[in-house]
Amino acid sequence: MADLAQDLVTTHGVSPPGSAPPPTQRKWTRRPGWTATLMLLPAAVVVFGVVVYPMLRTLLISFFEVNSAVATSTPFVGLRNYADILADRAFWSSVGRTLYFTVVSTGLELTFGMAIALLLNAPLRLRWLFRAIVVLPWALPTVVNGAMWRGVLNAQYGSLNALLTQLHVLPDYHSWLGTPFSALNMLVIADVWKTTPLVAFFLLSGLQSIAPDIYESARVDGAGPVRSFWSLTLPLLLPSVSIVLILRTIDAFKVFDLVYVLTGGGPANGTQTIAFFTYAQAFSNQRFGFGSALADVIVACILVLSAIYLRALRRGEMSVL
Amino acid sequence: MTPSLRYRVFIHASALLVSVVILAPFAWMVLASVSTPGDLIARPYHWWPQDATLSRYSAIVHGSGTDVASAFRQSIVNSTIVAGATVVISTVVGVLGGYAFAMLRFRFRRVTLLVFLVTYMLPPIALLIPLYLMLSALGLINTKLGLIVVYCAYVTPFVLWILANYFLTLPAELEEAARVDGCSRLGALWRVMLPIARPGLFATIMFAFLLAWDEFLYALIFTSTGAAKTIPVAIADFSGRYDTDFGLVASGGLIASVPPVLLAIAFQRYVVGGLAGGAVKG
Repeated sequence: MADLAQDLVTTHGVSPPGSAPPPTQRKWTRRPGWTATLMLLPAAVVVFGVVVYPMLRTLLISFFEVNSAVATSTPFVGLRNYADILADRAFWSSVGRTLYFTVVSTGLELTFGMAIALLLNAPLRLRWLFRAIVVLPWALPTVVNGAMWRGVLNAQYGSLNALLTQLHVLPDYHSWLGTPFSALNMLVIADVWKTTPLVAFFLLSGLQSIAPDIYESARVDGAGPVRSFWSLTLPLLLPSVSIVLILRTIDAFKVFDLVYVLTGGGPANGTQTIAFFTYAQAFSNQRFGFGSALADVIVACILVLSAIYLRALRRGEMSVL
Repeated sequence: MTPSLRYRVFIHASALLVSVVILAPFAWMVLASVSTPGDLIARPYHWWPQDATLSRYSAIVHGSGTDVASAFRQSIVNSTIVAGATVVISTVVGVLGGYAFAMLRFRFRRVTLLVFLVTYMLPPIALLIPLYLMLSALGLINTKLGLIVVYCAYVTPFVLWILANYFLTLPAELEEAARVDGCSRLGALWRVMLPIARPGLFATIMFAFLLAWDEFLYALIFTSTGAAKTIPVAIADFSGRYDTDFGLVASGGLIASVPPVLLAIAFQRYVVGGLAGGAVKG
C-alpha cells in the first residue's frame, strides 16, 4: 500500500508529505454531498444517538421534578429547579471551591509547566529520559493518581508523613485530608502533579514553533537570557498560554474522578466541586430533575468557554474549521 | 556558541529536581506494592521493604473465586474488552468522517463539524442522567455493551477532530493523483491516504485508548458488578474500602498503569503534535 503512495510521488511528481509545506489553499471537489453523507453517517449514528437525544432529554427533565429512576409521578415544575439552584448555598459553595481549585491549580501548572517546557527545550544530556519521566504523570490513569495521593497523604501510614517526621519537619503524623481547606489544597497538589506535564508539552510545542533567529538577533542587541524570555518567549507564547487557560477552565467543570477517589467530596462536603455536587444531588439524593438543571447550567458555561476556545484556535494555525 | 558551564549545571540540576518530584510518589507506590502490610504501617516507616513480597501480584494474576484480587483481574479483562472495542469502532468511524471533513466540501460541513466538536467538549456529567435512564430502559446497565456504546460516542468526536486536522496537512495532490489513476474515494483513502497518515493514525489510536481506559464517571454509574466494572472503578472501590492494605491498591494501580504508560512513552514524540491538534483532555 505504501508503495502506491511512493509510486504517485515518482510518477506524478507529487511531493512527499514530509517535504511539502502544508497546503493553505485546497482545491475542493465540488460534488453533491452523497459521498460525504455516507462517510459521515456512521459517526453521526454513533455519536448523535448517544449525545444529542440525551442532551435534549436533560433539558426536558430539568423542567420536571423527578425523584427516582422509575418514578411514576413526575410533576412539571417549570423553572423551579433552576430557581432552587440559584438559592442553594451548597451550590454557590461548590462554585467557589471550583473557582479556587481552577485558579490555583492552573496558575501553578502554567508556572511549573513553563519551566519544564524550557527544560525540555534545553540542550540536556539524556533528554529522551527526561521526556519519558515527564510523560509519566500524564499517562497515569486519573483514578490511579487519586489512589496514589490518597496513600501518600494518609494520616496513619502515608509516605508524606513518614518523610516529614523522619526529617523532623513535623513532630507527628498530620491529617492532610482532615479539614476541608487542607483537603482542597491536597486536591490542587495531586492535580498539579498530574497535569503540569500536559501543560509543559503544550507550551513546548509553542516554544518549538518560535524561530531561533530572533534569539540570535536579541543576543546581538545585547539581551541576556532572562530579558529575552520576558520580552520574546513569553509574548510569543501568549496564544498557547491562553489556550491552556481556556482548556483548563473547561476541565475544571469536569473535575470529578480525583475528588471521588482522593476525598470523596469530604470532609463535611468541603471538597465538592460543581461536577461532584451535581453527581451527589442526582445519584446520592436521587434528585434527577434538580441534577439535570445543574448539568444544563454546566453545559451553558462550557458552551460559552468552547466558543472562546474555538476563536483562539482559529486565530492560530490552520484547522479544518 | 556553546552554553556556559554554569548554565549547563543549572539546567541539569533543575531537570534532576523535576525528575525526583515526579518519580518520588510513583516510586513509593512501587515499593508499597511489594511491602508487607507490617512494613507499610511501621513507624518509623521502612522505606525499603524488609522482606519484599510479590504475593499481591500473584493473587491478582492467579486469584480465583470472589476475593478482591480476582475481582480486580476481572476488571482488567472488562477494561481491555471495552477499551479495545471502543478504539476499533471509533477509529473506523472517525477515519471515514475525518476524511470527509478534510477532503470533501458539502452542505452544512462547518455546522456538522462544530456539532461534533461541541459534543467532544461536553462534560460526561451533562449526559449522565438521561443516559442512565436510557440504558436502564434498554437493559444495558451493568453490561460491557452499554459501556462500549457510550464510550464510542465519547471517543469518536475526538478521533474525528484529530484525524480531520491531520488529513488536512497531507498533500491533496496525492489523493487527486490516485483518483486520476482510477481509485474510488474509499480506494484513495485506503490505499494512499491511510498509509501516509500512519504516524498520525497510531498517535490518535493511542489517545483514543487512553480516553477509554481512563474514563471513570460513566463506568462508575453504569456498572455495579464484576460483569462490567472497569479498572478505574475497581481501583476506586479498593481505595475506599481497603484503606488498610495500601499495597493491594498500589499493585492494582500499577498494573492498570502499564498499558497507558508504555503507550505514552513509546509515542511521546506524538504527544506534542497531538496536543497541538487540539487533543487536550484532562
